[in-house]
Amino acid sequence: MSKFTGIRGQVWFKALTGQEKPMPGDPPSVLVADAPIDNENARFLCVVPDPDSRFPCARHGEVGLEQAYTLAARIREVLGRDELPLVRGASGSDAKRPIIAIVDVKSQAYGRREEIAGIHLAAAATADAYAAARFAGHPVITLIVGQAISGGFLTHGYQANRLLAFADDDVLIHAMRKEPAARITRRTVAQLESLAKTVTPLSYDIRDYAKLGLLYKLLPVPNPEAPSADEVSLVRNAIAEAIVDARKGPTDLRDRFESEAALPARKATQLVRTRLEKEWSG
Amino acid sequence: MSSPADTGNLSDVAKGGDGAKSALIFSPKYLQRRSFIELNARERAKTLFDSGTSRELAGPFDRIESPWLAIQGVTPQADDGCIVMRGMIDENQAVVIAFNGAFQGGGIGEVSGAKLTAALDLACRDSENGQPTSAVLLLETGGVRLQEANLGLAAVAEIISSIITLRAHAPVISVIAGPVGCFGGMSLAAGVSSYIVMTREGRLGLNGPEVIEEESGVEEFDASDRALIWSIYGGQQRYNQGLVDALVDDDADQMIKTVQDLIAKGVPKIHRSEQVNHYRSRIAALDPSTQWDAVNFSWSAASLAKPTGRDEAAPGG
Repeated sequence: MSKFTGIRGQVWFKALTGQEKPMPGDPPSVLVADAPIDNENARFLCVVPDPDSRFPCARHGEVGLEQAYTLAARIREVLGRDELPLVRGASGSDAKRPIIAIVDVKSQAYGRREEIAGIHLAAAATADAYAAARFAGHPVITLIVGQAISGGFLTHGYQANRLLAFADDDVLIHAMRKEPAARITRRTVAQLESLAKTVTPLSYDIRDYAKLGLLYKLLPVPNPEAPSADEVSLVRNAIAEAIVDARKGPTDLRDRFESEAALPARKATQLVRTRLEKEWSG
Repeated sequence: MSSPADTGNLSDVAKGGDGAKSALIFSPKYLQRRSFIELNARERAKTLFDSGTSRELAGPFDRIESPWLAIQGVTPQADDGCIVMRGMIDENQAVVIAFNGAFQGGGIGEVSGAKLTAALDLACRDSENGQPTSAVLLLETGGVRLQEANLGLAAVAEIISSIITLRAHAPVISVIAGPVGCFGGMSLAAGVSSYIVMTREGRLGLNGPEVIEEESGVEEFDASDRALIWSIYGGQQRYNQGLVDALVDDDADQMIKTVQDLIAKGVPKIHRSEQVNHYRSRIAALDPSTQWDAVNFSWSAASLAKPTGRDEAAPGG
């Protein structure tokens, strides 16, 4: 069973950017820094726990109101600024800056205050900002170093051109934690685990998730909480490769279901798209 | 009820046709109206179109079922709980995608999600080729269908992306009529839409009351407190907060007219989910040190001012 320690975001943010403090005016739970990757100045964004957050349901690594709007604002800042060609890198002087989401989010914030204040819009604003960056030609790369659960992941990371994840037992991408998911679908955890062995999208194992064809690469990182220099360098290279690959690909998300890797798991998606297109014009 | 109602098109009544008026002269208003909520998903979709212009795509006879349910002992449905219909709305090209809240709580699975995304993408293709095609999403959904967990979540990410592409060319209107409401990941889909329409019977939120009670405890949210639920998620409250664009009665005519008006209004200059600094400053002005009830909650007067333009300036400012 995977556990959430909340330290991975901080560890990898520091390893990749050399920074560990939030930008002035931002809450302590959102780390943003500009740092070089492969001769380019990329913007890195990460959500980390803040035990003193003024919103009690967003203290343990959840994406809440403040986290979502801070991310959205910091992404849109890049969009505004890159009207000017300020990046000079391997991909040419007019290259749009890469945006790197480092993801270790427990979930969205499950709170009454959040619902009253419209957390769905905060989450939408962040997803919107990431998508806007992607459509504008910024390579948006998501690095999943720990958990990427449900609305937390939809908000922070799931709009990327390319998804990278560590091949590690504590890396978890899912729609809901195991216990509540079992309860809501009227199963025991044991039944859910047994079904997940044959029903790939139910699985809580990142190696099964990889079979869905949504990931660009699964990275072997044996020490994700205390990485060696080699591990950091491997991850850095993978991000650089993903940036190059994203620039060659479409700005929408079609690779998620049209790529060769996606075909075995997404046959029904393909069927729906073919049929609708055929019937669309009568 | 006059005959147009029975054929699923009320444009004569909406325009105040004589037949409708005379037939209804002695009935109180609430008896005159035809409920929108009582219509099933297919009827809801059909009633929005100009008479005789709609046809269903990838319908139940195509039998594109979820490939993931039967292997779990769950009975699939021939349309996967998602109806796609194409036609004209007030003489404009449109596609309506309606979720059936009675099937798996309207949960998004691989097939239902792909139907929505594909419909949005085709509308976008036509719009880019000079034939603007609006999309109307009739959302009755608890979010991701947990039996298809990770493919449902992936589908929602794809839906959000495709709404954002289409809405640059033609309005994407999310209608939350009830009774299921719109929750989970699909609340983000509503959030990135051009316009949201709700009834008082509709509810909108990221986390439903049961989920909050389960994750954060009954002190945080008592999911049996119906008054609390409606005072937070209900259409009236969301409209008062400025989080939706139109509040309509449970009245099919009013719904048709509202959707037509929003299509006529076209693509908004700025979408709600792009107004980051405006909404961020509203949150910054709040005091979350004690628990809120919807009744004691209010945005500061300043932050309720209408935003004026696109805001992509630096945060914290």
